[in-house]
Amino acid sequence: MLTQRAKQVDRRPMTGLESIYLWNILKGMMITLSHLFKKKATIQYPEQKRTFSKVFRGLQVLNRDAEGRENCTACGLCAVACPAEAITMEAAERLSGEEHLYREEKYAVKYEINMLRCIFCGFCEDACPKDAIYLSQTFAPANYGRKGFIYKKEDLLIPHPIEQPEAYKKALGEKVVKADG
Amino acid sequence: MAEEIKKEAPANFKPDSYRVTIDNITIEVPPGTTILNAARQIGGDVTPPAMCYYSKLQGSGGKCRTCLVEVAAGSNADPRPMPKLVASCRTNVMDGMVVKNITSEKVLEARAAVVEFLLINHPLDCPICDQAGECHLQDLGYDHGKEGTRYEFRRRTFEKEDIGPYIQLHMTRCILCYRCTYVADQLTDRRVHGILDRGDQAEISTYISKAIDNDFSGNMIDVCPVGALTDRTFRFKNRVWFTRPIDAHRDCDKCCGKVTLWNRGDEVLRVTVRKDPWGEVQSYDGKPGWICNTCRFDKKHINDWVIEGPTRINRHSVISQGHYLGFKKPQETISEVMGGRHPKLMMDIHSISDVNIVDISQLPGPATSNTFEKDLNGVNIGMGTNTGEKD
Repeated sequence: MLTQRAKQVDRRPMTGLESIYLWNILKGMMITLSHLFKKKATIQYPEQKRTFSKVFRGLQVLNRDAEGRENCTACGLCAVACPAEAITMEAAERLSGEEHLYREEKYAVKYEINMLRCIFCGFCEDACPKDAIYLSQTFAPANYGRKGFIYKKEDLLIPHPIEQPEAYKKALGEKVVKADG
Repeated sequence: MAEEIKKEAPANFKPDSYRVTIDNITIEVPPGTTILNAARQIGGDVTPPAMCYYSKLQGSGGKCRTCLVEVAAGSNADPRPMPKLVASCRTNVMDGMVVKNITSEKVLEARAAVVEFLLINHPLDCPICDQAGECHLQDLGYDHGKEGTRYEFRRRTFEKEDIGPYIQLHMTRCILCYRCTYVADQLTDRRVHGILDRGDQAEISTYISKAIDNDFSGNMIDVCPVGALTDRTFRFKNRVWFTRPIDAHRDCDKCCGKVTLWNRGDEVLRVTVRKDPWGEVQSYDGKPGWICNTCRFDKKHINDWVIEGPTRINRHSVISQGHYLGFKKPQETISEVMGGRHPKLMMDIHSISDVNIVDISQLPGPATSNTFEKDLNGVNIGMGTNTGEKD
């Protein structure tokens, strides 16, 4: 016997009560009925959502500082840390007059994450020296085409904390993120 | 007879080679060799790091103090230890000298202190700096430095400065190794930049911001151990570890024409000299392979160059990431099986991705927001409209 739960098959001939099957059906229905009164294992997904754990690693978000400037300087450490090679970027120099948009003199003018490749390991968050990228508590929504899984910078950037404070707060989630990085 | 020779020996006896022991490894080197060069002949961890010494530049060395070593025995004739740590780039070996580098506690402690000193004014802007990944100060700090700093005062800062159309000077990052001034002195005919002021105020600058327009001035980018002098034509184009270094050459009437190309695909993002294992320019037939500004800044087309093959990068360097030795692309067999038909691509990433649309290798300076501007039809019009001046 390999496990304790293995049961010998009962091969005795059926008794009179058993041969009309009704008794066994009733026994089965009782089990079904009893589940009506138990706590449900499932939830109604789109309306109800489970709370994720604090360390859940979901969709990436590009962070802004308290003044709404982008933190990312396109240093490339997230891309080099990425085991799935999902991240690509292109850097540009900040012009004078763009100081309210970007924190440092260099910024990521293009930033793309291929969500088909991403394995949500969170190495990008670990590698980032500027607290510019972090994994939020949502996951990438379903899409009809593969195209939709190439997330551009516009898709990843967190809402502006001053112009859209509510959306910003929602995007931050329950994660503790240093705003001043 | 034998005794006579022995007696006379110290006066006019000059052996062909000195035996020197560095970290318990004994080698023979010709007289006049410095401890640093003797250690380089052994190689490996025994070699002291050097930030200012550059074997191809006369007179360099003795400034940064990172190459400090302990001399446990001066020579056979005078086996007393030297009282203080000595700069190995400026101290010649003696016969029977015993040197301690990594085996000496004192040296390691002193070196950590030197790194701390060098980092007093050096900004921690490696995420922005183009030198990151091939920076000697990064390596030094990583290998020998301490994690924190005890410096609490205001750091020395300067405005960044364009010296000439091709070279950008970030004086804040400079560690005053003087290598670039030696390049200007020894390679170019007329030096127009040097160290201004003294002490903490000392800075590299051109006099009244006079542009450097010498044919070999670009080599000071390569000798700079930190990101103080950087290539303006490469500024912010890519991080070095995402580029692919390739050895290439071309016929040049001014220089040897042997270079390393730093490519993204077929775009030549940067051209540098070829480096030897010590981070110095490689020598050919005893002559250092400096390259001219035409090769460095103007030949940014792959067709300008004869490709020799991928550059060998030390596997401990971040630049070697993703570059596999002896890598062969697996052969596509599906079309054979399917009778010549190629598999249908579900998605061509290049048709969706915004990256790599503009050929940034042809920009004279860093890309800006103008570079990626598009007109109403989505056609890129920003190309070349950035502020980089090039004549």
